Amino acid sequence: MNALLHQIFSGLAMGGVYAILALALVMIYQATQLVNFAQGEMAMFSTYIAWELVDSGMPYWAAFALTIALSFIGGMAIERLVIRPFANAPVLTIVIVFIGLLLIFNSVAGWRYSYTIKTFDSPFPGRPWFGNKYMSAHESGAILVTFAVLALVYAFFRFTPLGLAMRAAAQNPVSSRLVGIRVGRMLAIGWGLAAAIGAVAGMMAAPVVYLDPNMMSGILLYAFAGAVLGGIDNPWGAALGGFMVGVFENLAGAYVVGPEIKLSVALVIIVGVLVVRPSGLFGRTLVTRV
Amino acid sequence: MESAIEKPSAIRVAPIEAAAPQRWRALAFGLFGVVALGLPFVASGYHLFQFSQVLIYAIALLGLNLLTGYNGQISLGHGAFYAIGGYASAILINKFGVPYGATIPVAGLVCFGAGFLFGLPALRLGGLYLALATFALAVATPQLLNFKGFDAWTGGSQGLQLGKPHAPLGLPLTPDQWLYFLCLAVAALMFWAAINLVRGRVGRAIVAIRDHPIAAETMGVNISFTKAMCFGISALYAGVAGALGSIVVGFVSPDSFGLFLSLSFLVGIVVGGLASISGVLFGALFIEFVPNYSDQLSDLFGESAKALPGAIYGALLIGLMYVAPTGVAGAIRTATALLTRLSQRTKRG
Repeated sequence: MNALLHQIFSGLAMGGVYAILALALVMIYQATQLVNFAQGEMAMFSTYIAWELVDSGMPYWAAFALTIALSFIGGMAIERLVIRPFANAPVLTIVIVFIGLLLIFNSVAGWRYSYTIKTFDSPFPGRPWFGNKYMSAHESGAILVTFAVLALVYAFFRFTPLGLAMRAAAQNPVSSRLVGIRVGRMLAIGWGLAAAIGAVAGMMAAPVVYLDPNMMSGILLYAFAGAVLGGIDNPWGAALGGFMVGVFENLAGAYVVGPEIKLSVALVIIVGVLVVRPSGLFGRTLVTRV
Repeated sequence: MESAIEKPSAIRVAPIEAAAPQRWRALAFGLFGVVALGLPFVASGYHLFQFSQVLIYAIALLGLNLLTGYNGQISLGHGAFYAIGGYASAILINKFGVPYGATIPVAGLVCFGAGFLFGLPALRLGGLYLALATFALAVATPQLLNFKGFDAWTGGSQGLQLGKPHAPLGLPLTPDQWLYFLCLAVAALMFWAAINLVRGRVGRAIVAIRDHPIAAETMGVNISFTKAMCFGISALYAGVAGALGSIVVGFVSPDSFGLFLSLSFLVGIVVGGLASISGVLFGALFIEFVPNYSDQLSDLFGESAKALPGAIYGALLIGLMYVAPTGVAGAIRTATALLTRLSQRTKRG
């Protein structure tokens, strides 16, 4: 029983990481109906920046904040420079561009920081919190950070004029432009936010999976699974999906398929959900007019 | 209709009427034939092995191009079918003592089945979602090949070792030369089949589905059957290539079939030109030799040369989408069209 609870709780902690990354995916999906295949590698690159800052002697939380700010700027720059010219291109073209971004980030990280695995310290060291014997301090902290990110994102979209403008631009670009919202800028901010949120996911995952250029490929897959499971056009569904995938993956890895082929769990979830219920648990079913 | 059904996604391909005139095409074909047949007597050892590998990649790229370029279904996971083909062939040779030549069609058929089955759910996933599912397939493949339950057959992370076959019937060829000719023969057969497929009624249906699924259905094309079939055929090509690959390399292991392989295939068809048969040869040359040459640059760059192929691939994918979405084949078509027009003008003047 203890072992089972332990598995569930550490699944929740990793699920938080998937939830944050799934949220980043949804952020871009809602505005452009595209899934960013480079999201994981962007997060990985942000994590390396954080590592470099901490390594140069900066206190952790300062590095954390600076990394998020840099990632935001980087995400906006990518949207402006790389993605914008393909705004009206067919799906295949854009998928190819995303794959190009993925390869570039991966190899630039390998070139700049080498392929050797690095350790990344957790900001939550020491003994477990609240006498919770099932979770390490980092796991509790990661879940806390996840909830903080979710609350901030919710507050941003619910209570700020900019958040409202972004929602409007995503929902109806033409009318938004007519009432004076700069839709292009909203898209760029959306990419910036996605990159910043992804950076948090990377920094929470790195103490667990260690830092190397390929650290996010598995995590991105689980985030995909979470987003698809919860409904890729619903941020809260996607976040919940991320948590569910985390727990499910951990239990399956411990008791059903063994840890060596855990990734196929994500494959099964993605294909299964897309076949049985493409809109996910909480997504809207889109109706296309032919 | 469900959300997963995509809008008609026309991809940018060069118009067919821009094709080179018959005479030039015959010339290019003849030249290619001479080079391909003469190569084993000029190049030797390792270089010949590399050219065998180019032919193998060309077969796999041809399959992927049938699916992605002609039919418009995005696959980021064709490395998985290449792996299935490679393992099918290796297991048959290593565990059951089947002659290696006979394993190639078997591997192709196994992959056809696997592709057809994967293609059935893929019918409901348009564009982006299919890319997602196949991406997941590509990432999960090495882990699945490593699965302990199959260890007795697949050899686990150790992989399987195969002997190098010798030329049959006492032909005076070295093993490398013989393997090259085997690859060349299989590739010629597969290209011939693909050209006939694309030019025929089925080929037109495949392209029609890409360009306008609703109109295609109105014209009586059975969309689901054609799409699943196309997925199966495409996987068959990848499987045949995988089987040849394991015979030529003489070794299979899970690590050689990772995400990078699948993405290399994508790079190959984009560089060569989407929806182009001859383009896949350029794509195959590219994905075989670029990683190789960047390895040689490691003196210059040190350890970071490992990152070079990925960086080149990534920059090229994005750059080509900007400037030449039709790839090398498209560029050649444009160039020959331009030349013919120029020569006609000089004749007239």
